[in-house]
Parts: sequence; C-alpha cells; structure tokens
Amino acid sequence: MIKIENLSKKWGSFSLKNISFNVRKGEYFVILGPTGSGKTLLLETIAGFHKVDDGRLFIDGKDITTLTPNERKIGFVYQDYMLFPNMSVLDNIAYGLRVLKEDERKIDERVKQLADMLSISHILHRYPYNLSGGEQQRVAIARALAIQPKLLLLDEPLSALDEMLRMRIIKDLKKINREEDITMIHVTHSRNDAILLADRIAVIKDGSIMQIGKTEEVFRKPKNKFIAEFVGVENLFRGEAKRTNGLTLFKTDGIELYSSMQIEGDVYATIRPEDIIISDKKIKSSARNCIPGVIKEMIDMGNVIRATVDCGIPFMVNITHEAMREMNLFLEKKVWLVFKAHNVNLFR
Amino acid sequence: MMQNKVDKVILIASIAGAILITMLLLPILNILFSVGVDKIFEAAMDKNAISAILTSFEAALIATFLSFIFGVPLAYIMARKNFYGKSIIESIVDLPIVIPHTVAGVALLMVFGRNGIIGAPLDNIGVRISDSILGIVAAMMFVSAPFLINQAREGFESIDPRMENVAMSLGATRTQVLMTITLPLSIRNLLVGSIMTWARAISEFGAVIVIAYFPMVAPTYIYSKYIEQGLVASAPIAALLLIITVTIFVFMRIILSRWRAYDKD
Repeated sequence: MIKIENLSKKWGSFSLKNISFNVRKGEYFVILGPTGSGKTLLLETIAGFHKVDDGRLFIDGKDITTLTPNERKIGFVYQDYMLFPNMSVLDNIAYGLRVLKEDERKIDERVKQLADMLSISHILHRYPYNLSGGEQQRVAIARALAIQPKLLLLDEPLSALDEMLRMRIIKDLKKINREEDITMIHVTHSRNDAILLADRIAVIKDGSIMQIGKTEEVFRKPKNKFIAEFVGVENLFRGEAKRTNGLTLFKTDGIELYSSMQIEGDVYATIRPEDIIISDKKIKSSARNCIPGVIKEMIDMGNVIRATVDCGIPFMVNITHEAMREMNLFLEKKVWLVFKAHNVNLFR
Repeated sequence: MMQNKVDKVILIASIAGAILITMLLLPILNILFSVGVDKIFEAAMDKNAISAILTSFEAALIATFLSFIFGVPLAYIMARKNFYGKSIIESIVDLPIVIPHTVAGVALLMVFGRNGIIGAPLDNIGVRISDSILGIVAAMMFVSAPFLINQAREGFESIDPRMENVAMSLGATRTQVLMTITLPLSIRNLLVGSIMTWARAISEFGAVIVIAYFPMVAPTYIYSKYIEQGLVASAPIAALLLIITVTIFVFMRIILSRWRAYDKD
C-alpha cells in the first residue's frame, strides 16, 4: 500500500538515514523506538510536512514524493492532538470535508457516524479547551478519519493518557483499523502498545531502521543487543558459540545452552522468560536445555510471578500461581529450568 | 521575622510604584482639570484644531493600514522561517524604537524630500511626499510599524506550526490554512498591534515636524500654538486631544479584555 524507498532527511544535526519499508493495505504497522530516534520526523516526512532529501514514497504504486500534504490524503494525529481551538468539536471534525467543499448533508452524516463510533456525540458543540485528554484524542482521530484517508499516521497517540483511557483508545484504534479498512502507521516508544496493536513492527534508532518483522519475531528474535534491551528481553547473556551436530552450543560462565540458530563466535543469547518452564525435579523431554538453579527472588506481578533463578548466571522466569502452589516453590529451593533450543536466540 | 522582611520589600516597592504612577498621572489630570470644560469646548470649535486632529487620525490610520499590509507578511515569515540574516532583519525592525525621532525625520527627509533619492524622481512626476500627508504617513510608519510587526510575530509564534500541518493534511491549501487557522488565532495580537501602531502614530511629533510641518497634525498644531501664543493658548487643544485619544484607548482596552474566546481556563 505504502512503499518507502531509501528515504533520507536531514533535520538540524539529526538525520533519517536510508529508510525503506513497505506497509500492506489494512496493516497495523508500529514504528518502535526511544525518544529522539526520529520517529516523529519520519512520520511527518511521510505526511509531506518536510521535503525529503533523498528517496521516494509511493502510495498504491503512485509516486507521492513531491506532493504537498493536502494532495496526499493521509490522516495525521499528533500526540498532543493539535485541535483547532477556534472551532467547536463538530467544526474540527468537519474541517477537512468543508475545505474539500463536500455537500453539507454528507458532512453532517459523516460527522455523526464518526462521533457515534468514537462515543463523542455528546461533546460535538463544546470547544477543545474544556475537553479531557481522552476526549481530545478521540476528536483528533475523528477529524483525521473524516476525509476517509487511505493511510492514518499516529504520533504517540497513547502516551499522554492514563491506563484506563489507553486501553479504551487501543480498542478504538483496532476497531478503526478493521472497520474503516485503513492502513495505520503508529509510532511509539512503548513496547506494550506495540505488542497490543501491531501486525508488524519496525524498530528505529538514531534515524535508522534496525529490524522489521512480525511482532513476535521482533520480540522473540531481536537482531541485536540494542533491540533486545529496548524491547525488554530480560535474559540476555554474552558468550561463545560453537556448532555441534546441527545445533549451536553457547557457553558462558560455566553454563552451556543449546540453540538451533547457526552462528559461531562471540555472541549474545536471549531467552524470553515466558519460554522457560520451571520444574522441581529434573525432567526428561524433547527440550534440549535443562539446567539446575536456585530461586533467589519471587515478585508477584498479578497474573504471573516473576522469579529470579540463579544458575551460575541469573535467569528471569515466569511462573503461574498454580505452578507455584503445585510445586511448593519457595526461596532458596533448588529447581530445573527447561527450554527448547529453538527458543534460544543468538545474535552478534 | 520572615513576614517582616517581605512586608518591607512590598512597602518599598509600593512607594516606588506610587511615585512613578503619580508622575505619569499628575500632568494628565492636571491639564484636564486646570483647563476647564468651557475652554476645551472652545478648542473643539476651532476649525484649525479640528482639522489638525483629523489629519492626525487620518494619517495614523493610513500608516497603520500600510504597516499591516507590509508588516504582517514580514511577521509571518519571521515567525515561521529561519533564514540567513534573520537577526539582522530583527534589528532593523527594532531600530526605529531607539533612533531619536528628529533623527528619523531628517533621515526620512533625505530620502523622501524634494531633493531626496526617492523624493526627487517622484517630484518630477508631480508627487510630493515632504510637506504632504504622504510625508506624515511615512514618518508615522517609520516609528510605529515595529509595534505591529512585533505583536503580529508574537501571535504567529504562539500558534504551533504542527496545527497548520494537521490542517494541510486534511486537504487545506496554505492559503486556506492561513485564512481558517493562523489569522483567526492571531487576531487578538493583530488588533492589539494595530491599535498600538495607530496610537504611536498619533503621538508622533519629532519625525513628522521635520518632514511635514504642513499639513499640521495635532501635535504640530499644539506646538505651534505654544510657540506663537504661549501655554494658555495651547493647553485647551492639548486637553482636547488627550480626551479623545484616552477615550479611544480605554474603549479599545475594554473591548479586548472581554475578547478572550480561545484562552484556556
């Protein structure tokens, strides 16, 4: 649907470097990166607010690189909403349609439909300054959707909202993505938002894209240390890798782990806590890794218990309340950690 | 102890402030009350005085209008764009505020006078700037345009350019964005700037008298009365001008103070 080819853009001392990716029609694409990684600049450049220095942009095969923002038909929602303070909510939502000189009756209909969908019908005649953050956010979304854009760009739309509102807007965004059949590009620094919303994720750092892939791929198999740390992989170790019998043996601090990835030399290894099974006795299974350790810490996270198990190196493990009761786990108890070679991700 | 200290500071500040306010207010009140209503009324019947006041208002209005037409676009560029030499342009805009006004008048005369670099060619085709309302307007613009430019710029700067981005993403052209978002949101600044510019233009004397003694504006008329006939003769017309300008000024302040549609609570 949208194709970005080798996009480069200098902005003061910062620059986007050689960015390329495709987003499919109807896809929910999340660009994940820390503050100052160039997410907003990238989004604004796609919208046409900045001229590119190099590279091309295509929508449905049509080159839009030199089009002005008003010729692109791309919706844009800023983190701090940017509602027009001199207009009522209704006039804000109707703005794009009025500018395009649509029929007033059609405008009315469309505004009503959007207000219904986003539950803001009761505030249509109020002004932005006396709306709550969540209301303003929904008005900003409705305003962007009014012109029926093919692509909706969202700049950190959830970061200014409290937890309850966040979940509410997340639901709204998913609904819009499905029901309005709109392609979404959403930038955020929150891995939780990415997990909850994304079909695919691009991780961006210092103006460059580090990894693009399906959500679970990026989270389970981060390509480098930065991504691993940024997406919050807790079990991250450094060591030596060597191939043996079709598998790779990873050694660090006296611990040996098997991985199905083919790589050798000085590498990092990651294992996601939820991929590790904990057992109170040594078990036989198809899983290649079974290592002993001692429980050093247990923190109740609500739905799971997050345990630190010292196996020579500390492992983070998720335990269900049920498993904890059944196995009678307690601090300093000796346990075995079991996980598949396939879940040990190695990278340089 | 702490309480005492604060009180002392407030006390000294209040006294200092009161002295200054008295200095500002005393001459104004004094001229109004010492002249007497009948004298002021008489002055209002003086054809020459009325004509001078009207000339003042008319020239100030034209100066404000021209400052608006040329100054607001400049203010927009200065608020939105960074360019090489921007700080030089900023200094040029503020320059008339520090130049002594008679100096401004002499400088203007050397450009717009009958032998000036622009005045001479214009004189050849029959257009006279010095000693005409055009000269008055030029002098007024020179000293008052900075007020409008700076106010307008402040207004434009207070509008987040990302708001204009959003409007464009919704299909609006640059011109439509200007007409529906930028200008409506900065209208208060534009109005305040225009009023200040107009008020400053009316009060200008030094630059005007150098480039155009005739036709007489109100300050020039008052000055000539004072020189020719003394204080007693000039006071009533001074009081009259004071009443008119203060009334307009207060009236504008009241309108603007009630007009706060987009301010946040």
